[in-house]
Amino acid sequence: MNLTIRNGRVIDPANGTDEIRDLFVSDGCVQDPPADIGHPGDLVLDATGLVVCPGLVDLQARLREPGEEHKATMLSELSAAVSAGVTSVCCPADTEPVIDTPAMVHMVRQRARQIERARVYPLGALTRDLAGERLTDMAALAEAGCVGVSNADRAVESTLVMRRAMQYASNFDLTVFLNALDPWLKGNGCVHEGEISTRLGLPVIPEAAETVALARELVLIETTGVRGHVCQLSCARSVEKLAEAQQRGLPVSAAVSAHHLHLNERDIGEFDTRCHVLPPLRSIKDRDTLRQGLADGVIQAVCSDHQPHGTDAKLAPFSESAPGIAGLETLLPLMLRLVDEGVLTLPKAIAAVTSKPAKILGIDVGQLGIGAPADICIFDPNGEQQIRAHNLQSNGTNTPFDGWMLRGIVRWTLVAGKVVYENGHGHPIDHSP
Amino acid sequence: MTGERNDIQFDAEGNLRHLLTTEGLSAETISEILDTAESFISIGERYIRKVPLLHGRTVVNLFFEPSTRTRTTFEIAAKRLSADVINLNPSRLSTSKGESILDTVRTLEAMHTDMFVVRDGSSGTAHLIARHVPSHVHIINAGDGRHAHPTQAMLDMFTIRQSKGEFRNLRVAIVGDILHSRVARSQIHALNILGTKEVRVIGPQTLLPTEIDRLGVTPVTDLDEGLADIDVIMMLRLQLERMEGQLIPSSQEYFRLYGLTAARVERAAPGAVVMHPGPMNRGLEIASAVADGDRSLILPQVTNGIAVRMSIMAKLMGGETGGTAASG
Repeated sequence: MNLTIRNGRVIDPANGTDEIRDLFVSDGCVQDPPADIGHPGDLVLDATGLVVCPGLVDLQARLREPGEEHKATMLSELSAAVSAGVTSVCCPADTEPVIDTPAMVHMVRQRARQIERARVYPLGALTRDLAGERLTDMAALAEAGCVGVSNADRAVESTLVMRRAMQYASNFDLTVFLNALDPWLKGNGCVHEGEISTRLGLPVIPEAAETVALARELVLIETTGVRGHVCQLSCARSVEKLAEAQQRGLPVSAAVSAHHLHLNERDIGEFDTRCHVLPPLRSIKDRDTLRQGLADGVIQAVCSDHQPHGTDAKLAPFSESAPGIAGLETLLPLMLRLVDEGVLTLPKAIAAVTSKPAKILGIDVGQLGIGAPADICIFDPNGEQQIRAHNLQSNGTNTPFDGWMLRGIVRWTLVAGKVVYENGHGHPIDHSP
Repeated sequence: MTGERNDIQFDAEGNLRHLLTTEGLSAETISEILDTAESFISIGERYIRKVPLLHGRTVVNLFFEPSTRTRTTFEIAAKRLSADVINLNPSRLSTSKGESILDTVRTLEAMHTDMFVVRDGSSGTAHLIARHVPSHVHIINAGDGRHAHPTQAMLDMFTIRQSKGEFRNLRVAIVGDILHSRVARSQIHALNILGTKEVRVIGPQTLLPTEIDRLGVTPVTDLDEGLADIDVIMMLRLQLERMEGQLIPSSQEYFRLYGLTAARVERAAPGAVVMHPGPMNRGLEIASAVADGDRSLILPQVTNGIAVRMSIMAKLMGGETGGTAASG
């Protein structure tokens, strides 16, 4: 089946495209338009006034399956993903059981294929059961389809184990995904050490918990030569450290969550548990430096760090509430807000959630060159909506953006050339004559 | 996201509905509470120590964290106002999948209770509960984690006022483990609201929270230096088991550097008074000679605690007549 997306503003950062034109899809891939379009059964999507870009690639989203189906399922979260233009999701290995065997990798991938929404790219565990002690069979995990290895947010306390894991991963050209957080400095902390922690009397996660761990990982990346990706940065000094490492040529990339670009410690207000996240929201200066780091390219990508929870998880005293935000559906609108606020141009904002994360994962999506998989997001960049927690498609309604007016309404989402999401408002799919 | 801090303490008409923290109160509100407490002091001295202000009301002391002293003073305060009092000390394991805090509160609320006096080891518990009770139910925070202990701060303000009168000319020092202290945080806000000339917090760097100056205090690490010109010395309890041998190395060294001795009291302003929220660790943060000396207001603090808590309970529930409490 062929499909033409007509008259949209095609923004394809990987190929330097930003122009109003048609996009032709055939056999699940982007193709040159043939001479005779308009066969019976062909689809035409009228994208006049809309942006046509690669489907979003989310570097970090918890789908809760297997193991925490009471919170969410792959079906619920992958449906939420495509409703928000996200067509590829990288999920950490901290499912239950942990993704530390090829069988688990196969299971997760097969389940995602059955669901036929977004693509799922699992990370394999760096150590068995994420215990930080013994390495996993990384070669087997890679062969089974893992795009990288990571210990999720469980610390690898032993520096020796981390060094060996990096050395071993470098054998197979595997990227090691890192969560820089020193477990000793973190302790039982839950908020940034600063004015708010002092006022509310909450246990702290000092900035040093991130910078100390990051410094260790950067030294190990340098000495082992492994390619590293830092999953989330939260503070200004981390951006400085990373920039310095990149200037010296270290193969290290980094991402930041969309919420760290928009919120800061003050949003916690009077114990607003929706703002309980890990790493914690930090100062306004930290937020501004993260924005600058993204604009400068020190930070390449933005992730949702999607963590859907049941309502009970946030109905607890702050330090006992579960950290995390259901962020899939606000990822694109929050990127557009960065454009409105003058942080990024629209193509750069789109690159940070499409081509850049795809490059970090080493996958061929995230761009619309000829022959690329037709994973496409078509959205109205001017359409405004009020985010309402109870309207989210995700099973998680834990969002601090409840009530925010944000631009960016997804009209169609395509995966491998198939329409997997359609938002009907006045733009039905036209069947060509 | 914006709006005034701790709005949740007030109802739509601006009346104090819950007392969760001293932060955000007005000087008038605090003074009113202290003035009313003044009138309750005499009740404790009468043969019949009861007034019928809260007759027919039910107060639940909900202490997730064990406490005898504070719970007892709340119980006495409520009984002197003729309320019915129920004491509950449910144990709570944050990791257990059992009944949550809100389940417990809702269950009790269904039994038509009017007020919860809540203590918990986690910061923010009183706020959490206040957000989820119907409008006719009142919450008093009897201590939440490291965050706030407003009734203690109020009785301290009462005791200072009783002894010193005005706050505007006072220099006050809060000494000890500021980091873990909900008492200190509530005292700092109350002292600043009442216009205290200077508030110092004194302790080793490991026990001073970061950016504490943002709360309107001057941090000092040397006790001898910090006590100069001080009119009121407010000691804090040091919980040695929290120190892990890391925040302070030993009780000996702590007493040598931060223990309040008679010689140190002499460094403060003439007529300086000494306070402590109790229970005291004699020989750790305070010498017995000081605790029992003529500068000590420690026992008056306890006595005043009952009157101040009566005053707070009466203020929160006082605007309502039985059965026709504001609803909705």
